[in-house]
Formats: sequence, C-alpha cells, structure tokens
Amino acid sequence: MSLTSAAASNWEADALPATKVRSYWQSVGYRLRHDPVTLVFGAIVLAIILTAVFAPWIAPMDPYKDSVIGRLKPFGWRGHILGTDELGRDMLSRLIHGGRISLMMGLVPVLVATIVGGTLGIIAGFGGRAVNTAIMRTMDVFYAFPSVLLAVAISGAMGGGIANGMIALSLVFTPAICRVAETATAQVRNLDFIEAARASGAGTFTIIRHHVLGNVLGPVFIYSSSLVSVSILLASGLSFLGLGVKPPEPDWGLMLSTLRQSIYVNPLICAVPGIAIFITSICFNLVSDGIRAAMDVRM
Amino acid sequence: MLAYIIRRILYAIPIAFGVSVVCFSLVYLAPGDPLQTILPADATAETIEIVKKEYGFDKPIPVQFALWVTRVVQGDFGVSISSRRPVIDEVMGSLSNTLVLTGFAIPFAFMIGFTMGAIAGCYPGRAIDRFVTGVAVMGVSLPNYWLGIVLVIVFAVEWMVLPATGMGPSGSASFSIFRLDDLRYLVLPVITLSMIPIGILSRTTRAAVAEIRGQDFIITLRAKGLSEFAIIRHVVKNAMPGVLAVMGLQFGYLMGGSILIETVFTWPGSGFLLSKSIINRDIPVLQGSILLLAMVFVATNLLVDLLQSAIDPRIRRA
Repeated sequence: MSLTSAAASNWEADALPATKVRSYWQSVGYRLRHDPVTLVFGAIVLAIILTAVFAPWIAPMDPYKDSVIGRLKPFGWRGHILGTDELGRDMLSRLIHGGRISLMMGLVPVLVATIVGGTLGIIAGFGGRAVNTAIMRTMDVFYAFPSVLLAVAISGAMGGGIANGMIALSLVFTPAICRVAETATAQVRNLDFIEAARASGAGTFTIIRHHVLGNVLGPVFIYSSSLVSVSILLASGLSFLGLGVKPPEPDWGLMLSTLRQSIYVNPLICAVPGIAIFITSICFNLVSDGIRAAMDVRM
Repeated sequence: MLAYIIRRILYAIPIAFGVSVVCFSLVYLAPGDPLQTILPADATAETIEIVKKEYGFDKPIPVQFALWVTRVVQGDFGVSISSRRPVIDEVMGSLSNTLVLTGFAIPFAFMIGFTMGAIAGCYPGRAIDRFVTGVAVMGVSLPNYWLGIVLVIVFAVEWMVLPATGMGPSGSASFSIFRLDDLRYLVLPVITLSMIPIGILSRTTRAAVAEIRGQDFIITLRAKGLSEFAIIRHVVKNAMPGVLAVMGLQFGYLMGGSILIETVFTWPGSGFLLSKSIINRDIPVLQGSILLLAMVFVATNLLVDLLQSAIDPRIRRA
C-alpha cells in the first residue's frame, strides 16, 4: 500500500517538467506581483476608489453643511483637517465625497468607449471592405478634433451636466479604441488558425468569440487603461468650465473652479482639489504603465 | 512627391466635410428648438421669420446643411447672441491671441522636451533617465489648469513678481510681443500651456534617441573613431523628423485645447471665447469657434504630414 503510493508519487514527480510552465495570464500575474512600483500605486488607486465608494462612512463631516463665520479657514481650524471652502464647508469631507463623481466621470466613459469602440473595431476588422471604410472613416472624423475641443463642443452644445459630460467623453475615446481593436483584428483575421476554424465549419460569430476576441482584448485593455487618467483630467476640466456637476454637489474640478475666486484670501485651500486630481491621475497612469509592461510580451 | 501631396490633400477633404457635419449638428444637439438656439430671446417676429427662411428651418435637414455650408464658406457664421456682433469677427480676433500663446509655448516646450528626452535617451536606465521619465509622466498627469492656478498663487499672489491674468497692461487691443511689459503677461500662461507638450516631446525624443543609438550604423560611426559629440549629432539628425511631427501635432492640440488655460488666465483667445459662449449659452459663437479650431487642427495635421514627407523621403514610399 505505502509502496504503491510512493511509486505513484515518484512517477508523478518524474512526469513533471523540469521548469514550471506558466500560462500567459499566470505570467502576467507573476510579472505584476514582482513589480513593486505598480503594486504600490495600484494599492493607492484601490484606496482612492474605496474611499470614494464608502464616502458617507469615511467623511468626518457633512459635505453640504455650510457656515457663515467659518469660511476659507486654514488647515486644522476647529477640527476641519483640510480647512473650509468659500461657504464654510469641510474641505476634507467634500474631497472624499467629490471623488465619487470625479472617479465615475473618469471611469464610465472609458468603459463605455471600450465596449462600443472595441465592438465597432472588431466589426470593422472582420467585416468587408465597405463596412470597414464606413466605420473607420467615420472614426477619422472624430479623430480630427483635439480631444478637449470635442468634449467641450458636445457637452457644451447639450447643455452640460454629468450625463452629457459622460456621453461627450465616451464619444471622445471611442475612435481611438476602435482603431486599436481594428488593427488587432486585422492582424489575426488572415492567420492560419482562423482559416482552420472556418474550414472546420465554425461560423463568423463563433470565430470572433473563440479566436479573435482573445487576441483583441489584450491590446484594447492595455490602451483603455492608459485612457483612464486622461479621462479623469478631461472630466475635471469639464466640471471646471461649469459643464459637469452643478453646485452644491462636490466634485474636484468644480471645487477648483469655485475656489479659484478666493486665491487672495486663502491660497493654500484653493490648491487642494487639484492635488487630489493630480494624485489620482498619476497613480492611474503608473498602474497603466505597469499593466502594459506586464501584458506586452514583446517589451 | 506631387502624387503624395495630391493623395494627402484628397484624403483631407472628406475629413473636413465630416468635421463640418459634426459642427453643423451641434445646433441640433442643443436642447430645444434650433431656431431659438441661434436667436436672442427677445428677437422680433419678423427677425424670426427672416432667419427661418434664410436658414431653411422649414426645409429638410440636408437642405439646411447645404445652406449652412454656403454661408460658412462665404465667412458668414451667424451673429453672436450675447454681443450681437458677427461670429466671424469675434472668432478671428481671438484666434490670433491664441496663436501668440501657442507660438511661444511650442518652441519653449520643444527646447525643454527635446533636450530632456535626448539626454535621457543617451543614458537609458541611469538616474537621469529615471528623472526625465518621472517628469514626463508628471507632465501628462498634471491637471494643467490647476498648475496655472498654483503658478498664479505663487508668482502673482505671494511674490507679486508677475501679473496674474489678462493680456498686457492696456488690454489685448494694443498687445505687442516687442514690449517687455506685455511679455510679462505671457510668462505664466506659456509655462502652463507647455507642460503637456514637454511631457509628450521628452517621451517621444527619449524613445527615438534610445532606438537610434542601438542601431548598427552607430557602431560603425564609433568604429570609425568619431567623437561622442559627432555621434550625438548623427543621432539627433535621425531623431528629428519624428519629433518634429509630434511637435506639429501638439501645436494643433494646443490651438484647440487651450480653453482651460485661457479661462484660468482670462487670456482673450479662442478658448476663452468658447468658455464664455458656454456660460452665455451662445451657440452660434460655440459652433463657429469649434468649426474654425477643428479646421485649424485638420490643416495642421495635413501640413505636418507634407512637411515630414519633404524631410523624410521614406514616408512617401509607404
């Protein structure tokens, strides 16, 4: 009994390859785990997201509670750790709550653009010449606008607001993601294994789902992750211009815009919301760089 | 070469057409009746009737588009709701002010970005490379309008060495780039505006220089006994066309993307006009300035492509 099990485990040990072979995703995970910079900044990103999600429980005070006598007070004034804003509301609580809309306006457009742009790109890459021309030339038109200008144009014409801002930003990012997806699809569509799948009777939809998607998702994901920080900057820019959130709702861009009038009274407070935008955007940027390095095997 | 120029120009025509379709539809994106969108609230019944006829609002949309294009080509962009002046006058005046800003910001960003990128590319992996890469990441992650506010706080509010906002002590009308007093108003906006191009240009230059330094002909040059300085000259010459193209694109981006910076510094350029038109819900000005800025961007891209193909013949054959 013990002899046979020993023999069996011996045999198993022999059958194992000399070095462990990792799958693609395992190797991506391995590289990410051994990249301290990405891990640290990823943890900060996670902390920022969690703070925003659980804002009502984390924020020390009511972000809407104003005070006539406590306006634009310095850091640490009567328990206001980051001071108060131009209406006497607690800055720290407003920053924590403001993260909700700022992060949502940064993340949702990238998500929408990834789904819409990715789908359009695969259709363009896999469809015929006419379909490809129709989709890609339409995208070229939106590509011909500087991104800030297109976002301002659409949300400005539609009258501002969170929803319109997110629609505008989604439209800004869709063409770029579509291009990436189209290029990735075109690269694999004529390879032998697609031909083999077709010969074995797979329909177009099956081929796309099983053979194309896996090859397109990687590059699209890498590219989309790099857009998150751009999106956060653009979204806060829209709010700064008065095209995003309406007061008294807290939002980093809007806070920056209303506090700007008070730079002669308390300059330090006015700089605070920008620091939140900056830290969030740089962390997303560095995490995206790390993901790219871990996922792009050619690098 | 001629064939390439013609092909590139022909390619730009449908893009310009598409851009004008997008700009045309902005009026219809606005909530409410398009007629009310482009007319002041107190317009008389006759005015409404005249505009309705002239703009073809009683006709199908393609006809309205054709009428609109005909007017735009003749320079008629409609009348501003808030100032009652022709849109074209307002936009053209502000466009030249933006050009002043961009004209200073791009060379400034090129000098700093190219130098930083070239040095980093010469010493890949070393401390200086890490430093430049860090600065580049910060440059593109920075909300540049916030940097503008911070610069105003430091240099105008705290130290009082530079003016905070505006364009010259006596306004934009008498602004001259040859007067030192006026130039002081340029310093902060130009630095703020060049932050993103510095980040992008140094990244591009670093990648190009590092790539070229790894090529075989550099080993040949070194084997020939060329000095390190002469080798750098070769590297820079090879890296230049790609970097110049990126710089050209950045010029287009700044022309169209300076809205936030101009709002911070109340610089009376096209971006500031745009931001005013949003506050006033002045859709004719919004539409006109976006159309012109987008066309400037399309034209810049075209020009960059043509110039690049003139410098680097490999592109024409592709």
